Amino acid sequence: MTILELQSVSKSYGKTAVLQDVSLKVEPGEFVAIVGFSGAGKSTLVSLLSGLQQPDKGSALFKGEPITGPGPERGVVFQNYSLLPWLTVFQNILLAVEQVFETKSKQQQAEHADRYVAMVGLTHARDRRPHELSGGMRQRVALARALAAEPEVLLMDEPLSALDALTRATLQDELERIGRVSGKTILMITNDVDEAILLADRIVPLSAGPAATLGDSYCVDIARPRERVALNHDPHFREVRSSLIEYLMSTKKKKSAPSREIATPPMQAQPELSV
Amino acid sequence: MSREAAVAPATTAREEEMASSVSKGAVPRLSLLALPFLGVLAVVALWALVSSTVVQSLPSPWKTWETSRPYIIEPFEKRGELDQGILRFTWYSLVRVAKGYGIALLFGVPVGFLLGVSNAFRSSFDPIIQILRPVSPLAWLPLGLVIFGKPEPAGVFTIALCSMWPTVLNTALGVRSVPQDYLNVAKVLKLSRAKTLRKVLLPSALPYMFTGFRLSLGIAWLVIVAAEMLTGAPGVGGFLWQEYNALIYEHIILCILTIGTVGFVLDRMMGAVEKRLRTA
Repeated sequence: MTILELQSVSKSYGKTAVLQDVSLKVEPGEFVAIVGFSGAGKSTLVSLLSGLQQPDKGSALFKGEPITGPGPERGVVFQNYSLLPWLTVFQNILLAVEQVFETKSKQQQAEHADRYVAMVGLTHARDRRPHELSGGMRQRVALARALAAEPEVLLMDEPLSALDALTRATLQDELERIGRVSGKTILMITNDVDEAILLADRIVPLSAGPAATLGDSYCVDIARPRERVALNHDPHFREVRSSLIEYLMSTKKKKSAPSREIATPPMQAQPELSV
Repeated sequence: MSREAAVAPATTAREEEMASSVSKGAVPRLSLLALPFLGVLAVVALWALVSSTVVQSLPSPWKTWETSRPYIIEPFEKRGELDQGILRFTWYSLVRVAKGYGIALLFGVPVGFLLGVSNAFRSSFDPIIQILRPVSPLAWLPLGLVIFGKPEPAGVFTIALCSMWPTVLNTALGVRSVPQDYLNVAKVLKLSRAKTLRKVLLPSALPYMFTGFRLSLGIAWLVIVAAEMLTGAPGVGGFLWQEYNALIYEHIILCILTIGTVGFVLDRMMGAVEKRLRTA
């Protein structure tokens, strides 16, 4: 059974079409990465799946039911962490735990939260506030908060793109492990082709905006656990990588021509207005 | 992208802080105390000069000290209803300010929240707030006397009404400035409205609110003198007006200095709390 589905979804802000005719199916337990240029509408895609926004056309479905709003069964890791700065690491995670496991006792809730603090290796920083943490640590907290709610699906909006290369690599390995061990359905948005190949079972490229749409998906048949060093010599890795980049670049070229045409009508309209 | 933008001002702020601490370090520690002292000395000298030459009716610094001494040496003494130590008068005034200020916060915070949360409420009441805000305490006081019939509640009413606005406006601003990210977290976690208010809106708006509280307290203290002068209530402002009528001008200066010092201390206290909230 399909767990997440987009059926020819379109979304625009004002007159700018962001997503056009986007269709996607995610099966349970799959790790899907969506790769695209920044500003192409990747975050909008996550907003639609999380229920923070509604599509203009088409429908977003969770287990076959239309998504009408956010819910704890779809955990979200935001690009900018979105931790509450006045709460400690533990309290940020506890907030999610309290909400999802209302019926548990205070003690059980605290233990549950602590388990996830430990899972992302932050027990030593349990009582620190976000501003005392590095970017990588903050993103770990955000990840722990999302996972602590034990969602059926994890939606990640460029979770690592704000990090430096080394921290990013460490966290990629960690995400790979968490994805493998938890067996959760994960949908990750990224602008990094290598990251997508390292982590995902399947990669769906998002064409350049405006009016971006999803291309054909690429299956990544590389055995897990994946080693980033070994990966560089894997012929399948190279093949997927080059065809992905080729596809993305070709959509960029196509888009730059008509986008100029779009820009012209208002320019012509201007003299009429001033008369 | 947005994160980089958010990080950049923080680093420049830190650089500025470092730069300022360096320049502070360059000035010898002694002059940190000596310079303000010299400043005070210069003003007192000018005061002495003016009082002995141009404005003969202005009491000299020495005469001010001589006349004020019993009020400062025994600050809590009560010799009669209108003849009490300066800190005793200050205490009366502080109690009055506390009442008015408390009422101001009690009304100001919820009104500010509503202004921040509801566009309909803001459209309805923002114009009237903008009109009432600049009205002087001197104009509100007679109305308070008409409404309450007695000077004491009229004074409190005036303080509350005048000092409310910064709290109202800053609370509204704070609530409107809650980052969308935090609200998204609340939505994704499906926090109830009450919990969103308690766990997200309130803590996020708190630093703004405190700026409002601080400004409100400043105004409340500013208004007290006017309120006491017009109602003749015992307090630092009432004392000032009474001593003017009694032709003891030295005490006017004593009152001015007291009012200034107390206002300064109050502001610094609020500033310290505000600073702690900002770093949180």
